[in-house]
Amino acid sequence: MADYSIVGKPVDRRDAVQKVTGRALHVGNMEPPGLLHVAVLRSPHPHARIVRIDKSRAEAQPGVAAVLTGADIAAMPGITPYHGPAFADQPVLAIDRVRHEGEQVVAVAAESRRAAEEALESVEVAYETLPVVLDVLDAIRPDAPIVHDEIRPSGAFADLAHVKAGDRSNICYHYKLRKGDVDKAFAEADRIFEDVFTAPPAQHVPMEPHVSLAYVDESGRINIHTASQSPSFVRGELARMLGVPMNRIRVRVPYLGGGYGAKLYNKLEPIVAILAMKTGRPVKYSLSREEEFQTVTKHGVVVKLKTAVRGSAMTARKCEVYWDTGAFAEIGPRIVHKSGYTSSGPYKIPNVSIDSYCVYTNKPPAGPFRGFGVPQVIWAYDSQMDIVARGLGVDPVEFRLEHALEEGDLFVTGTPIHACGLKEAVQRAADAVEWDKPKEPASGTKRRGKGIACGVKAVLTPSISGAIVILNADGSANVLSSTVEMGQGSESLLAQIAAEELGISFDKVHVVQPDTDVTPYDTISAGSRSTYHMGNAVRTAAANVKAELFEAVAGKLEIDAADLEACDGRVFVRGAEERGMTVTEAFLARFGSLGTTMVGEGLCQPVVTPMDPETGMSEKCTEYWFASASAVEVEVDLETGRLEVLQFHAAGDAGTAINPKYCEQQLVGAATMHLGLTLFEQMVFQDGQLLNGSLLDYQIASIKDVPAACNPIVVQVPHKDGPFGAKGIGETGALTVAAAVANALEDAVGVRVRDIPLTAERIYEALKAAGKVNGSE
Amino acid sequence: MERNISLTVNGEQHELQVNDADTLLEVLRDSLKLWSVRESCGVGACGSCTVLLDGRPVSACFLLAARQDSRTVETVEGLGSDDALHPIQQAFLENDAAQCGYCTPGFIMAAKALLEEHGDPSDDQIREYLSGNLCRCGGYPNIMRAVRAAAARMGGG
Repeated sequence: MADYSIVGKPVDRRDAVQKVTGRALHVGNMEPPGLLHVAVLRSPHPHARIVRIDKSRAEAQPGVAAVLTGADIAAMPGITPYHGPAFADQPVLAIDRVRHEGEQVVAVAAESRRAAEEALESVEVAYETLPVVLDVLDAIRPDAPIVHDEIRPSGAFADLAHVKAGDRSNICYHYKLRKGDVDKAFAEADRIFEDVFTAPPAQHVPMEPHVSLAYVDESGRINIHTASQSPSFVRGELARMLGVPMNRIRVRVPYLGGGYGAKLYNKLEPIVAILAMKTGRPVKYSLSREEEFQTVTKHGVVVKLKTAVRGSAMTARKCEVYWDTGAFAEIGPRIVHKSGYTSSGPYKIPNVSIDSYCVYTNKPPAGPFRGFGVPQVIWAYDSQMDIVARGLGVDPVEFRLEHALEEGDLFVTGTPIHACGLKEAVQRAADAVEWDKPKEPASGTKRRGKGIACGVKAVLTPSISGAIVILNADGSANVLSSTVEMGQGSESLLAQIAAEELGISFDKVHVVQPDTDVTPYDTISAGSRSTYHMGNAVRTAAANVKAELFEAVAGKLEIDAADLEACDGRVFVRGAEERGMTVTEAFLARFGSLGTTMVGEGLCQPVVTPMDPETGMSEKCTEYWFASASAVEVEVDLETGRLEVLQFHAAGDAGTAINPKYCEQQLVGAATMHLGLTLFEQMVFQDGQLLNGSLLDYQIASIKDVPAACNPIVVQVPHKDGPFGAKGIGETGALTVAAAVANALEDAVGVRVRDIPLTAERIYEALKAAGKVNGSE
Repeated sequence: MERNISLTVNGEQHELQVNDADTLLEVLRDSLKLWSVRESCGVGACGSCTVLLDGRPVSACFLLAARQDSRTVETVEGLGSDDALHPIQQAFLENDAAQCGYCTPGFIMAAKALLEEHGDPSDDQIREYLSGNLCRCGGYPNIMRAVRAAAARMGGG
């Protein structure tokens, strides 16, 4: 790696002191005078017609400022009551019909949260229940109840402009890929492997639940403080819904208490904005944990895979993926598309067909979840890779290395693979788990096994990040960026990039938190895109400032600006450090004054070649790939089915690690989160009612679930266009956990489980079915 | 029903009027503006609102304030200042144990209770003691390191 002064160094987080003292600002801490609190009445039914709502008694309750229904919003002049990033299919509050248990029906703003909740008790809603569809495969049957009779286009994102809903169907989006001649390859196959894998809906569980606050300021502008990963989107969508210019809305985001995809697009913002407009007072809405479960989920999936093998080569793969997007599409169609096209894996397979379907059901809406659907498809294809390797009697690591795509190879979409350290990730993960070391002899009722899995994700493309860098006359700088700091370390990382490019020290850079009045547009803080996209935008903005600075110095010293460099707040002639000046002196030379700034702007906007709608082919479907590999050792108890992960190695390609510490944290954190999803997390529904909607019943990984050996492996294959070669790594550790654990399970006890979570009960049933319980093998 | 209680919070005595339905968390946040005490699960299952009540770690979301009359509460606001962080805060900072930071105050208070009970805890004791605190960023290995470092710094080891 080139010799950088601050890039690549494990500097501490800027926000650490605020966080260990507990004073870091969250939306929940904000209490403007006159604040009203919101409580919302939710549907008890998964599917019903709203016959009548009587809110008159609630309106008369003491302390109640406003009671709002979907019909009220629809009747407000100039307001569009529906929203959504892919389709405008979600009403702010239910209109005429409810489509999932927990859908928001009536909102109250009152002097206190308790007064609002008490007022809800006197709201009367009469429902007429409708037939319910819950299973994703039931929902695609021709006689299934239809969740949406009509689907309104959204227009929020240009890359989703082609998305059109089907007619009288619960399939709201279908992605299709056709490569080679699949039928012929299956006809000529020596062996065919056919498997169905499932993953259930699950929860993001950011420790900070959703919270938004709105007020109308003295100039009549709508101000929003919100725990959101997408402030730019919120502003644009609210402007559209409320029928006001974008500059009449100001969205600000302080530190987030975690996001993981849960806090994207519009969530609580429309309700607080409308209630603030209606009451003329500040309004805050904080979700309870129970309400979180009804707000957004991880897509449950059914993945059908069929693979043809001839000799030792995979010759064809057919993938059918059914995504349960719940009652509202949210960003489902994009997930179905972007993850759909990777669902045959990063392998050399000449003939492939993929059908990926986004399907409405009467469950809470599913949205983006750390990995954006890719963990679900890797769960399937890299479980099957193991099944095929074992079936052929080939070592699973060798089988992957043999079939893995390499630099310059074409991905299934026809897009070349570049800077993707897939093989290195697999090899280093395998080495870390001592793959070739013989197993310890079995004793008692416990058996040990090792598993590996790998996969790739393609970064969301196209997307846009803008940034502004302001250099002050004293040599300090401000970075204006809409990237949200939610624990990933973006604030510090962007400061590192700006400091490196400007040649000033890290502690001289301040990163301004998202504020749509001043920070430029950014698509989203998600999808492992900020390091690359916002990193590039900040670097370009800083480079533009530096050019102006160098010009000032070059003019004063009467030399060529191309001969200058900057370091430690000084600009000097390369190779002759004594010939130069400080930033302050350069400002004096340029302006004759210290009372000004140098401002640079930067933009990163990767583009794609649109995919052929029939074949799914594209010369460039993504800006970059990131590779993931997980290697685990597990111990399984034959008597109870309990699986314990003994060691975990999470390998991921970061391009260049701008800050190695943050990269390691992201790998370990994502793997830990997905260990929970692999072993025990699932939302359990009965007749459309969620049975485990609290953290007493829905468990996530605790400190006890993390193996003592939990090892991040940061692979670094620099990307030619990344800032200093960097790519993103926020999701990488999440991608391959489930398949690695299931593969280790089979290695340990010889049973294959195709449904996550891999609960003790499920493993026990599989052991029993295989006659392996009580050491009976 | 409203009633008056006396609470000693971070060394300072407060006379407070509380409703019978108010949780300790609501009183600490709404009346005393102790923003480090954070609600997350609301059912005492995640540890985000961990405070020390007469020295013992409790979930403030799951206790009624009216029942805590005459008791002593400690929150992270009472630990250290920027210039003089408490050794546990310093250890969390140096070991990168805070990512999004929402759970951090709860972990720090639970760790304080642990280290007061076991000056030199084993890894199993740390895991057991902190298993009621959840971190969705998955920062557990660094939190383990931070607690070990704090124990050493506080002279237990």
